[in-house]
Amino acid sequence: MEQFIAVLIDGIIYSAWLFVAAIGLTLIYGVMKIVNVAHGSFYALGAYAAASITGALLAHGMPPYLSYAVLLGSALLVTVIVAPLIERGILRFMYAKDEVVILLITYALFLIFEDVIKLIWGVNPYFVAEPYGLLGSFDIGDLTYPYYNLILVGVAIVCGAGLYWMLKHTRTGKLLVAVIHDTEVSRAMGINVDRLYLITFTFGSLLAAIGGAYTAPTISVVPGLGVEVIVLSFAVVVIGGLGSLPGAALGAVIVGLVRSATVHYLPEAELFVIYLVMAMVLAFRPRGLFSIAEARKI
Amino acid sequence: MNAIKKAVAAAAVAALIPGVAAAQDAPLKIGVVSFLSGPAAGPFGVPARNAAEITFEMLNNGKVPAPYATKGFGGHKLDMNLVDESGGTTTQVTEYRNMVQRDNVDMVIGYISSGSCLGIAPVAEELKKLTVFFDCGTPRIFEERSYKYVFRTAATATMDSVGAALYVRDLRKGKIKSIAGINQNYAWGQDSWSDFEASMKQLVPGVKVATSQMPKIFAGQYNAEISTVLADKPTVVHSSLWGGDLEALILQASPRGLFRRSTVILTTGETAMYKLAGSLPDGVVIGARGPYGPYAPHNALNTWFSKVFKDRYGVPPNYAAYQMAQAILGTKAAWEKAQAANGGKRPSQDQVIAAFEHLTFKSPAGTVQMANGGGHQAITGTAYGVTKKVHGKMTVAHIKRYPAAMVNPPDGMKAKDWIANGFKK
Repeated sequence: MEQFIAVLIDGIIYSAWLFVAAIGLTLIYGVMKIVNVAHGSFYALGAYAAASITGALLAHGMPPYLSYAVLLGSALLVTVIVAPLIERGILRFMYAKDEVVILLITYALFLIFEDVIKLIWGVNPYFVAEPYGLLGSFDIGDLTYPYYNLILVGVAIVCGAGLYWMLKHTRTGKLLVAVIHDTEVSRAMGINVDRLYLITFTFGSLLAAIGGAYTAPTISVVPGLGVEVIVLSFAVVVIGGLGSLPGAALGAVIVGLVRSATVHYLPEAELFVIYLVMAMVLAFRPRGLFSIAEARKI
Repeated sequence: MNAIKKAVAAAAVAALIPGVAAAQDAPLKIGVVSFLSGPAAGPFGVPARNAAEITFEMLNNGKVPAPYATKGFGGHKLDMNLVDESGGTTTQVTEYRNMVQRDNVDMVIGYISSGSCLGIAPVAEELKKLTVFFDCGTPRIFEERSYKYVFRTAATATMDSVGAALYVRDLRKGKIKSIAGINQNYAWGQDSWSDFEASMKQLVPGVKVATSQMPKIFAGQYNAEISTVLADKPTVVHSSLWGGDLEALILQASPRGLFRRSTVILTTGETAMYKLAGSLPDGVVIGARGPYGPYAPHNALNTWFSKVFKDRYGVPPNYAAYQMAQAILGTKAAWEKAQAANGGKRPSQDQVIAAFEHLTFKSPAGTVQMANGGGHQAITGTAYGVTKKVHGKMTVAHIKRYPAAMVNPPDGMKAKDWIANGFKK
């Protein structure tokens, strides 16, 4: 029983991490039809900004409990500077091009960001471990978990619920839904699609940066951080259905629980189990579990 | 007519003499391969690059203590041709071919990843270029094939795993009931765990394997693995994780009490112990992949190397830096031995190879014997200790040293057979 509970807890923690990383990816695809490989770079930028800014402020005597707010502030800061620059400076000139071309452009951006990160932060690791242990731990049977893991789950819930609420209950959200459904008609109806693209790209990237920022206290922030995340995020959104918010949530939960159960019960299969799930889902639902029906255009 | 022919021949010979002399004095172009980007750059690649840079510089200026006091290699200046090891094995094979065929390097010293070494060794043989591996650990290189052009101046992962097993056997004498592992799912992690598991089964008969976790390399998230290990309550936990993966494991395991509940042995822990001193409690078993870093002996070479490295880069050299210096100095020893046998003239590559085989040389980490792999694979002693904070500063205590013959298989015998045979020939 204890092991089953451990599977659930570990699975939920992993799902939360995956969901925050993947949700922005699915939002950007849903609205802009961009498979954004550079999403992993924003995750890495968030982690680097959080580790360096929070670490520096803690070293200068900042009360440790403020670090949770600084993690968020670091993600905001780096995204507000970088994301609009990328969208206005590069991507907006590419929207007319084929989706595959834009995918290659975001891949190029990903590679460029890897070098930019190396130029700014070097290759040595950054740590900001204080927030992880600050809140203490709780025990379930023989297992100990830091309370910080609950913060990660909370961040995932707030991000998912917030985005859902925004799409359903705000004017901007409703405009985004219109753009998701049909960009051309939205333009014809007077919606400023370019502005919505900027908002979407910035907000989607912010979600990745938040994921990186709140993961930073649990990891060593090193070059190449975004690679693993982007691969797993793609697996999640492909399982859920590209562009679907509930799909990303379900995809993250499936991947998280399956991986956790495998680690506990069949560790030798851990390496490929996520991709096995992805392959099985795609075999029966080629567009993912929550694929959005598209109107046929004549 | 004959006189004209003789005059032409004499002129040709005269024209060639300066060329011959120039070739004799030409600098040696050495390809150096290390991770300059990616997750392995910080913990291994850049310290190794720094070690190469400062060792070449000191050798060129004749500032290295005896027995390496002659400038360069036998008086020949050394030029470093630096290449990034990141990008995977296919990229590395291309880079290697470029170094040998386009840049015409005289030899290559490098490679941290076991995957790189397994990929490069056959290519080195094909291109007939002297290649010295300085760090990669998989014992498969010389166990599966013999090579003429390939050498490795650091001991294999077998030494780390057997040394780790001996150390924890002594540390927890009579109390070890079960063991568990968290190792990366590729050559290095698999080899490390299988040698450790086999050694423990020999040293502690009846020991049980609670769990063997093999997360993907660069996974970064280990909550589920830590839970599994905590739930199984093993006496000993073995991990050969390195770099960011090792650091993430320490950060995630520490608040969950893994280091308090089991004796945890980190075979590459030396690269993280100072950086993460706050997360490592006393009593964690730390390895340095040999007698490097805090386990390096007191000798003139170590005093020189650790001082010049720290003065230049602000941090003490870690084991990757030691291994790079060891590879360069070992190659110099072989080159100069060949030069001496060649009457002081520049030796051919085959002469250097002949001198390198079964060579015994001094390094900042002590004596290195090219005893295995037909004289191409080094063996060294190793050491382990446990973390202990003294006045808030991280140190290692209870250091035990194991001689080379105790932790390395004899030449011609596979590590697995040696361990399975109770560490006997």
